[in-house]
Amino acid sequence: MTNVSEIRKKTKLIVKKYSGDKSALIAVLQDIQEAFNYLPKDALATAAKALGIPVSRVYEVATFYTAFSLKPRGEHVVKICMGTACHVRGAAAIQDKMERTLCIKPGETTPDRKFSLETVNCVGACALGPVVVINTEYHGQMTMAKVDKIIGKLKEGGAQS
Amino acid sequence: MVNLIIDGKNVTAQKDTMVLEAARSAGVNIPTLCAHEAISRSGSCRLCVVEVKKGNRTRIVTSCLYPVEEGLIVDTRSERVQNVRRLVLELLLARCPKSEVLQKLAADLGVDPHPRFVPDTDKGKCILCRSCVRVCEEVVGVSAIGMSSRGSHKTVGPPFKEASSVCIGCGACVYVCPTGHIVMQSTGDKRKIWRRTFKMQACEKCGKYFAPVDQLKFISKKTGTPYKELAVCTECR
Repeated sequence: MTNVSEIRKKTKLIVKKYSGDKSALIAVLQDIQEAFNYLPKDALATAAKALGIPVSRVYEVATFYTAFSLKPRGEHVVKICMGTACHVRGAAAIQDKMERTLCIKPGETTPDRKFSLETVNCVGACALGPVVVINTEYHGQMTMAKVDKIIGKLKEGGAQS
Repeated sequence: MVNLIIDGKNVTAQKDTMVLEAARSAGVNIPTLCAHEAISRSGSCRLCVVEVKKGNRTRIVTSCLYPVEEGLIVDTRSERVQNVRRLVLELLLARCPKSEVLQKLAADLGVDPHPRFVPDTDKGKCILCRSCVRVCEEVVGVSAIGMSSRGSHKTVGPPFKEASSVCIGCGACVYVCPTGHIVMQSTGDKRKIWRRTFKMQACEKCGKYFAPVDQLKFISKKTGTPYKELAVCTECR
């Protein structure tokens, strides 16, 4: 776990990058999430202070967007697309398979902090449906067999193909 | 000055006033929840809807945010307006079935007592009008509370759903809340609000507990008035 002083230091650097501009709040939050994989409470408080925005306002923005997570997430964030196109192409079956493979429900993280599961509403790659996005990599035309293959590879700790 | 017609009456109003104010000054009552004199307008409760006619077009607008216009014809209780208002109330009541304010309004406006929508059980009396958030930001100036999440999960409260460190316990949010959602408990020298307990200051003259210590400290810091002077209640001052 990253300690508090480190979180504060990193957050201050991120805010500095945007020269303390209030309107860059979302960009700042995105960078914080990139750095820690989630939005730590201390980072939000530090960012609020550095940007001159009330913490309550920062919390509003952080909880409004589903892309932001206030809970620590795993090393690999698995996002299953539940958009209309993916849904009709069997996203529900992929979700079911993914839940059984990782033994977690959407919104949860595996105890070893390797995987987090999320459902999202559309990733804009409808032609590839059903789509699963792992970290930043898009996996199109997902099948049950592909779930096993991809997750197996990640579990081994190897780099994503 | 602008001339307009509200419910058949000729009304003259200052430019830039809202239809709601013009109607009230002409003795026409329009029901509202979120329009409060202390805070900026948001048009979020949607109860103040009226029908405005400009030329051959009529439309439904929120009177609290619609500025008066020359020659505007306003109808505050046409069948169309009443229907919209009843629907709005039905939806608000479905969210907050326990709110006495909404129940009374529904009875006044003739809303069908048999609910069309399945009532919520977990929303309390909050209609999400944001009045409390506005007063905390605009009047008090501490922004201790805000909304969190969105859609059906949206709730009001201090950040991280825990006791706020910036709240001064003034109770302004309780005062502006139109439905009585926010609870403030005062017991002698303690006041509880938003999951935090505040110590109350006893008046140095009459000994009555009259304001939270944190609020007086805040005022003292903001105005430069020594704390000693503020530790006397308004009646003894």
